[in-house]
Amino acid sequence: MIEATHLSKRFGDIEAVRDISFVARDGAITGILGANGAGKSTCLRMLYGVLTPDSGKACIDGIDIRGETSKARAHLGVLPHAAGLYANLTARENIQYFGSLQRVGGDLLSSRIAELSRVLGMESFIERRAKGFSQGQRIKVALARALIHDPGNIVLDEPTNGLDVMAIRNLREMLLALKAQGRCVLFSSHVMQEVAVLCDRVVIIGHGKVLADATVESIRQRSGAASLEEAFLQVLGDTEGVS
Amino acid sequence: MHALFTVFGKEFLENLRDRRTLVSALLFGPLFGPLMFGFMVSRMLNQSVVESDEPLKLTISGGDHAPGLTQFLEAEGVKLTAAPLSESEARAAVRGGTAQVVLIIPDEYGLRFTAAAPAPVLLVADSADSQTRKIADRARTLLGSYASTIAQLRLQARGVNPLLAVPVAVNEVDVATPTGRAVVVLGFMTYFVLFAVLMGGLYLAIDSTAGERERGSLEALLSLPVARASLVGGKLLATCAYMCISLALSLTAFVCVLRVVPLEKLGMSGNLGPGTALIFFAICLPFVPLGAALMTFVASFTRSYREAQTYLTAVLLVPTLPIAFASIYSLKTRSSLMFIPSLSQHLLMTSVLKDEVVAGRDVWMSAAASLGLALVLIVLTARHWRRETMLG
Repeated sequence: MIEATHLSKRFGDIEAVRDISFVARDGAITGILGANGAGKSTCLRMLYGVLTPDSGKACIDGIDIRGETSKARAHLGVLPHAAGLYANLTARENIQYFGSLQRVGGDLLSSRIAELSRVLGMESFIERRAKGFSQGQRIKVALARALIHDPGNIVLDEPTNGLDVMAIRNLREMLLALKAQGRCVLFSSHVMQEVAVLCDRVVIIGHGKVLADATVESIRQRSGAASLEEAFLQVLGDTEGVS
Repeated sequence: MHALFTVFGKEFLENLRDRRTLVSALLFGPLFGPLMFGFMVSRMLNQSVVESDEPLKLTISGGDHAPGLTQFLEAEGVKLTAAPLSESEARAAVRGGTAQVVLIIPDEYGLRFTAAAPAPVLLVADSADSQTRKIADRARTLLGSYASTIAQLRLQARGVNPLLAVPVAVNEVDVATPTGRAVVVLGFMTYFVLFAVLMGGLYLAIDSTAGERERGSLEALLSLPVARASLVGGKLLATCAYMCISLALSLTAFVCVLRVVPLEKLGMSGNLGPGTALIFFAICLPFVPLGAALMTFVASFTRSYREAQTYLTAVLLVPTLPIAFASIYSLKTRSSLMFIPSLSQHLLMTSVLKDEVVAGRDVWMSAAASLGLALVLIVLTARHWRRETMLG
């Protein structure tokens, strides 16, 4: 479970995030929807502890990310917006590196890699160097890297960016599988359809604030709009930056 | 510690597979110095042979006007080539390179010589060319000694003691020992060694910081439950490892080059065997973490590979400054200078080359100063890595 409580962050004069609170539950997919620059990445970065909030708190499975950073992070897998690989290492070595830093070692590490390689369909390129991987292959390795320590919570920052239709479909199935395993999945997106199809719960962010936090269905009902798209547009107030 | 060694292992392996790192760290860095050095010494060797052993060659115009002078020059072993050139023709010939130095004896020489008035000769040379300047110097000396011989004969003929015309007798004493003279040349060597040390770690320092950011792997790395100090430590350790390899290769190459280059012919003793190389390695070892920390620290602030390269090229020049000062003010090893890294290593290595006794205290102080500064930079780097701005 991931909890954000009254998170605020400002960069100079810009208030990037203002008093954001929400909960992402286990066994569910939570989507953060917002236009580019709405504060999604800043919010997620505070959740996985690479940014310090000016006020408020973020907890992973009840552990404060600022207080016990390492302990909280052991419960968390992160796929940041920029998920680059080491080009001179093979896919396996890329995953091994992160596994080793997560203190997964020995037989457990090899069996985890074998399992992730099968689930994510990486068998054909697992021993190849990452130089020249397609965007889809890169995302798979980065996801395996984030999941190597079998975390109960996964945070993904715009994971579908730059992926083709097939790769997006694959990713969607992977996220659903993670949810079925009872994990807490939290991802950000500016693509409405993606969120509508996948998420149990949606947190809509605009100008650094939470505009709505509800199930997809209840957002639609509350707004009285015919389609989900209409409902989202009403909540957002403007259409800028959302596709 | 586990994380530190994991990071070290990954950085070491990854860069071993990178051609750019290998070429700069293990080929260009360590070999550039020794080869350049070998080339320079061989050139100097050739030139000094030209200076002393080869007969002086002069182009002479109007030699008939001064038979006494030409006889004297030939007796001194000068190879004279007669060519009737006017002054302007001689200028053109020297400038164009068809003649190196031309001696012109004008028509009035004979007349003035017999009248015991100063008889003019013209020496045409290009002083900007070091080769012909040396020939002109030798010619001038010979002409001078001919002139003084004639002067003494004239005084004697008039019944005057010729020694009256020699009020001061200058005797030069050159105290340069063979090894001492070699040090001027070998002074270049110490910079090449320090250059090799830095080059060995240059690409690792960039790749493990700015490279990590540019390729987008930094944020994932920073999101791991690993202390930032361990990340920095592992990266620094890998950089140091490559620097040590580069240092070892460079010293080995120097030992080999000095075997081939006959320093003895220059009147120098080489004094760089495997034993001295090992001492050099020990002297330079404390400079390794300092260089690694300095480059990593600077590269940590840059946004891209290109930017990091720009700044680190300047860092490569930093150790030259104290060495340049040392040669301008001809500084000698003393304890107060041991606090300045790169200068202290330069002075210690120079002392070892000169066969001077090196105080153990100086070695320790040099090491302590370099390691102390390295520690400060490591702490600053680790602190910077803990900042949010690291994400870029």
